[in-house]
Amino acid sequence: MSGYIPNTQEDIKRMLDTMGISSVDELFVDVPESLRMGELNLESGKSELEVRTIIEELALKNKQYRTVFRGAGSYDHYIPSIVKTITTKEEFVTAYTPYQAEISQGVLQSIFEYQTMICELTGMDVSNASVYDGAVAAAEAVMMTQERKRTRVVVTDTVDPQVLTVVKTYCDGRSIPVCVVKSSNGRTDIEAIKEALGTDSACLLFQQPNYYGIIEDGEALVSLAHETGAKAIMSVNPISMGLLKTPGECGADIAVGEGQPLGMPMAFGGPYLGFMASTKKMMRKLPGRIVGQTEDAKGNRAFVLTLQAREQHIRREKASSNVCSNEALCAMTAAVFMASVGPEGLASMAKSCFNKAHYAMSKLAEIPGVSLVYNEEFFHEFLMTCPVDPACINKALAENGILGGLPVDGKILWCVTEKQSKAQIDKMVSIVQEVCCK
Amino acid sequence: MKLIFERTSAGRHLNLLPECDVPEFALASEMKRQTKPFLPELSEVDVDRHYTQLAKQTHGVNDGFYPLGSCTMKYNPRINEEMAALPGFTGIHPLQDDEEVQGCLEVIDRLEKALCEITAMDHVTFQPAAGAHGEFTGLQLIRAYHLHHGDTKRTKIIVPDSAHGTNPASAVMVGFDVVNIPSDDKGCVDLDALKNAVGEDTAGLMLTNPNTVGLFDPNIAEITKIVHDAGGLCYYDGANLNAVMGIVRPGDMGFDCVHMNLHKTFSTPHGGGGPGAGPVGCKAFLADYLPGKLTIHEDGFKLVTPKQTIGQVRTFYGNFLVVVRALCYVLSLGKEGIPEAAKGAVLNANYMMHQLAHDYDMAYTGPCMHEFVMTLDKLHKETGISALDVAKRLLDFGIHPPTMYFPLIVHEALMVEPTETESIETLDEAVEIFKQILKEAKENPDMLHGAPHNTPIGRPDEVKAARTPILRFER
Repeated sequence: MSGYIPNTQEDIKRMLDTMGISSVDELFVDVPESLRMGELNLESGKSELEVRTIIEELALKNKQYRTVFRGAGSYDHYIPSIVKTITTKEEFVTAYTPYQAEISQGVLQSIFEYQTMICELTGMDVSNASVYDGAVAAAEAVMMTQERKRTRVVVTDTVDPQVLTVVKTYCDGRSIPVCVVKSSNGRTDIEAIKEALGTDSACLLFQQPNYYGIIEDGEALVSLAHETGAKAIMSVNPISMGLLKTPGECGADIAVGEGQPLGMPMAFGGPYLGFMASTKKMMRKLPGRIVGQTEDAKGNRAFVLTLQAREQHIRREKASSNVCSNEALCAMTAAVFMASVGPEGLASMAKSCFNKAHYAMSKLAEIPGVSLVYNEEFFHEFLMTCPVDPACINKALAENGILGGLPVDGKILWCVTEKQSKAQIDKMVSIVQEVCCK
Repeated sequence: MKLIFERTSAGRHLNLLPECDVPEFALASEMKRQTKPFLPELSEVDVDRHYTQLAKQTHGVNDGFYPLGSCTMKYNPRINEEMAALPGFTGIHPLQDDEEVQGCLEVIDRLEKALCEITAMDHVTFQPAAGAHGEFTGLQLIRAYHLHHGDTKRTKIIVPDSAHGTNPASAVMVGFDVVNIPSDDKGCVDLDALKNAVGEDTAGLMLTNPNTVGLFDPNIAEITKIVHDAGGLCYYDGANLNAVMGIVRPGDMGFDCVHMNLHKTFSTPHGGGGPGAGPVGCKAFLADYLPGKLTIHEDGFKLVTPKQTIGQVRTFYGNFLVVVRALCYVLSLGKEGIPEAAKGAVLNANYMMHQLAHDYDMAYTGPCMHEFVMTLDKLHKETGISALDVAKRLLDFGIHPPTMYFPLIVHEALMVEPTETESIETLDEAVEIFKQILKEAKENPDMLHGAPHNTPIGRPDEVKAARTPILRFER
């Protein structure tokens, strides 16, 4: 028997005899004969060894880099060994959503702890148990701000283009107008935002640091939104929260972000983690699962899924969102990561990203024809001009096992994290110099 | 047990990273964070033991029988986990050039082809990260199709009253109005109600088949025809695909698009609530609207954006490592193993239903498909023992209870889905336990009201949790 089925032919016969039928096919009586298919046009089932060989060969067809200077939504940070070992524990991996609290305290407590850490990270009051990724978190946040007479969404074009597309796709269905405001010099244009916001705007969405790595004036943007009665949504890089002013400190109503940098591998784009936190006032508008603390009859502390009156299985078409499965194991990954690095570790990691990115930028800027496109303060990503085709630079870097920055309209968006040593940065710079000065 | 924040001790830390080896650069103080986050300060052993204790208070498929209806909690093969952890997958940046990620693209392409074959669809997107996310995506395709044909009046989605709660919730997220139609006395679609519901405003129908009471709707071809004749499209909620894969295909039943739950049907683990994957398949006429990028094969694999794309429902290409696991599973089972799994699931459910039918009332007579629904309405009225009480008592025996109080159309419902990866011994043991609980219900109801008795906590006060929400630890 294949397919991980333990029952043998003898077992099956015993079961059929017990039921008084002669074959399993009799159980499919409701499936009309005319609709049934013949044999699947697939290969025969394979042994574990054969599967391993096929998949390992596929993995080898990918080019994996030792050194990565590319970000733009997926970041190469150090993942502590303990993060991987804890999050591969079979109890956590193979459990379903914790519907039965009595035998799910482990998962529930881990989510409660995650929620607390996300609140601490962002300076907000409440967090949900996660959504699919940072872009969906932004889109769901936009939905939270919808009011009858306030629907228009104002977004700055310095938001990650993929996030912007996802927000638009979510808004499309409900015919929610999205107003994308042009930036100036790589930074959100405060005057243009002022212009765009009005009494019909539901929210202002911006990203910190923005797509080009530039640090936005969070407080000013939040104030602008609030002046017109709109909500402020800040999408933040979680590692940068070890260094930069938090959404809470800026006065934002909702903080969201891509949690991948908190211990998840780049993994060709997923699984990732969308985190969402808000002010207490907006708590009941949060989508998806939320874990709360309560007690059992004996007074023991206990954790449960709570505020379920918002959710689809209770409210159906009146639910705040359709989220059911989220990214629980990724949330746990982020929690283990934050518990492992601690407050000091997070701060030094953020500072290290900042220092190394600035060091790399300063060295690259010494190359003729290479300079910062926008002369603004940045975190760990920065856009630089490129005197040659970016593909030439990346090809030369690739030959040395280095993934170069992302080509953006003939320029290069670089990213440096704590993982890259000075020696690796110097090597990258020397290769770029060689190509540019050829 | 202690919260991780209650274990903290100032100054403890792990030795993870070297000192920063480049010069210090200054950041203007007005840009800086003002307050330090309250994150735990722990040594490695503290972190490790904390989570080991949490693991002991978590019940997964490997801890025992998990017949959670509608969730297909089958065994999660080990090889899949090992393959998904290969550095050749985990270490790949999603924005590398196509020619550097041929392995990833081939994984996607191979699984897409297999899923098309299993569902009779023409294309699949892997962007949706969960079943509900797939519903949202599929409904966006339906909306785009109608709009593209200038059909702006089609604003309604028909959903049976037995449907998963995500169906109506997803429809609203796409801007549709929901038309609920009643089920007939057999739990299937009421054809007259459907005929009355369809019209020029019908955008489509969402249907699970086998449905949520565990029955295959024998009128399925007529149902999809009624919707098509009215100009609507048919969406297949693939939550219950495990019962029929390799036997009958949604595309052949008349559906235009489907989502599959890789974390159910295709054995990828659920991780305590995700990450899952809800890829959406569609017929060729909808393919131009698909979100994100599709993999095509010409001179190697390439990523292309569909011409009339609805946009993106997530970044990049979805939960890729889940896709790797599902491909391993499909390769392992192959053309024989896939229908065998479906048959095994249906056999196990029917066997268990048969063995329990003398003692428990079934909501619908069999044969069932991969799951069956019991109604404890009579028991509740006679003894005061509810479906919840029975479920909680099961916990004492190490069995994860069936899905409770769903579908909504059955009173005191328990929905049992054993899956094919359980042996006859496991089913027999569970049947005996169910019978014993029934005996206890009659002889010692108080004991059942107080169940569970052997778990880390007793029944939590959910009302208190919702009334005075404590959603984070406060110092």
